[in-house]
Amino acid sequence: MNLRRIAFGAAGAAGVVAVLEVISRTGLVDPTALPPASVVLREAGKLAVDSEFLVDIGATLKAWFGGLALSVLVAVPLGVLLGSVPFLGTAARALVELLRPIPSVALIPLAIILFASPTQMKMSLIFYACLWPILINTLYALRDVDPVAKESLRSFGFGTPAVLWRVSLPSAAPFIATGIRIAASVALIVVISTELLAGGFNGVGIYLADTQSGGGQTDLMLAGAVWAGVLGLLANVALLAVERVAFRWQTARVEGVA
Amino acid sequence: MSAVHEGTPVTAAPRQGAGVKVLKGLLGFAARAWLVVVALVLWEVVTRAVNETYFTPPTKIVTTLHELWFSGPASHLFLTEDAVDDFSTSLAHLFVGWAAAGAVGVVVGAAIGRSRTMNDLFDPVLQFLRAVPPPTLVPFFIMVFQLGATMQIVTIAFGVVWPVLLNTADGVRTVDPLQLETARVFGMGPMRRLLTIVLPAAAPKIFAGLRVALSFALILMVISELFGSTAGIGSELIGAQRTFELPRMWAGIVMLGILGFLFNAVFMLLERRLLAWHAGAQRLAS
Repeated sequence: MNLRRIAFGAAGAAGVVAVLEVISRTGLVDPTALPPASVVLREAGKLAVDSEFLVDIGATLKAWFGGLALSVLVAVPLGVLLGSVPFLGTAARALVELLRPIPSVALIPLAIILFASPTQMKMSLIFYACLWPILINTLYALRDVDPVAKESLRSFGFGTPAVLWRVSLPSAAPFIATGIRIAASVALIVVISTELLAGGFNGVGIYLADTQSGGGQTDLMLAGAVWAGVLGLLANVALLAVERVAFRWQTARVEGVA
Repeated sequence: MSAVHEGTPVTAAPRQGAGVKVLKGLLGFAARAWLVVVALVLWEVVTRAVNETYFTPPTKIVTTLHELWFSGPASHLFLTEDAVDDFSTSLAHLFVGWAAAGAVGVVVGAAIGRSRTMNDLFDPVLQFLRAVPPPTLVPFFIMVFQLGATMQIVTIAFGVVWPVLLNTADGVRTVDPLQLETARVFGMGPMRRLLTIVLPAAAPKIFAGLRVALSFALILMVISELFGSTAGIGSELIGAQRTFELPRMWAGIVMLGILGFLFNAVFMLLERRLLAWHAGAQRLAS
């Protein structure tokens, strides 16, 4: 069954590549606009061993992980605090709902003015963008914890920290993890847009901007986009795998809310 | 005497109930809003006290917002010329891109969700395409389509088609087989089954995808405008950055937040109306 899926998937991918190749080679669309798929893949292969591009990937990954880690470290404890103090939680929810709709990329021009260092700028924007999905998922997950489970523990004489640690957090964890996965994909969008717009020294976005200004070779641009896609895919697969392994006992619920 | 005493509470009770209700409502509102008010006042006081140039005080942002876009004549609904230009350009791109992506997403998603072969063939390719962050393709789109409306619409459409497509495929895949079998027994053709059973059953998931896509479309609209355009809220932002007009920039940011909030609110309302009949919708919406 799994073999069938792999075989079909490979066939589908090969088919799409072949169609793109034919469209470009026969001149159905302008080959300078849409270069043949084989050329794009060859360039992508060359990029994989290009030390300069690897430095770019490293810089993007660093900002991505750094910003994401920072927002997890802030958003989860903040969500726990706000979620366990009802008086603060209610008030915070209104503030969050007002700030959340502001598209994080709208802050790029502001960040260009505020921060001199490109890494600092990227990390702050990622931090802002990731804060909301994680904070909101933490808040709502803590609100949905089974009250019977909490009360049972409490009636056995456990204090508030123990209830939080033994019931609330484990039951909220899968939902928080979903928030982190959403935040990770938003963060990749933010980091690449920031690099493209604000410039800097290293980053996948810088590579793309350089190829654009250097005459604009579409095959090189698409090769860069291929690697960006691979990064996004790997991050998503990795986070999903972590969720699946860590929360095996709760897969049913994760499926329900995702 | 006793009758009066007994009578008073009876007639007073509902009046008091209404009063308590209003009071409770006010208290509830205060419990929700106080932090927002505190934050705004703090922002105002601190920025005024230190005479901060980067963080414009909220009152200044509101006046700039008003001057920039909402101080026009009453005949134009108080919109200024800039507002008509900026909003119509931005919103037209956003909705055209979103609608195109929605149409393609539902059609392709339904095809993939209905057929296991199609799903197995194209799922890896689609998962990969979805993972490509849309801004990486902006330089490519600029090369191919030049700066302008086409490039912006293509950027938006490419970015937002995935949530619609994948949600539609998922919704269509999980339609109750019993309903489909029943329809087949009654001799319904495949097209009619699709339109009357499959798509309505998948509607809550399709709508959820469209809602995510709409908020994504706003982000991509801003990105595509930041790369260079002559009108639009995003170009207003980048213009303000170049001329270092912080109040104008903050006004743009707030305006985008308001739009994001409005889109979400209106869409939720629409979704609730349109899907009121759907039992599964309530569970998904909550």
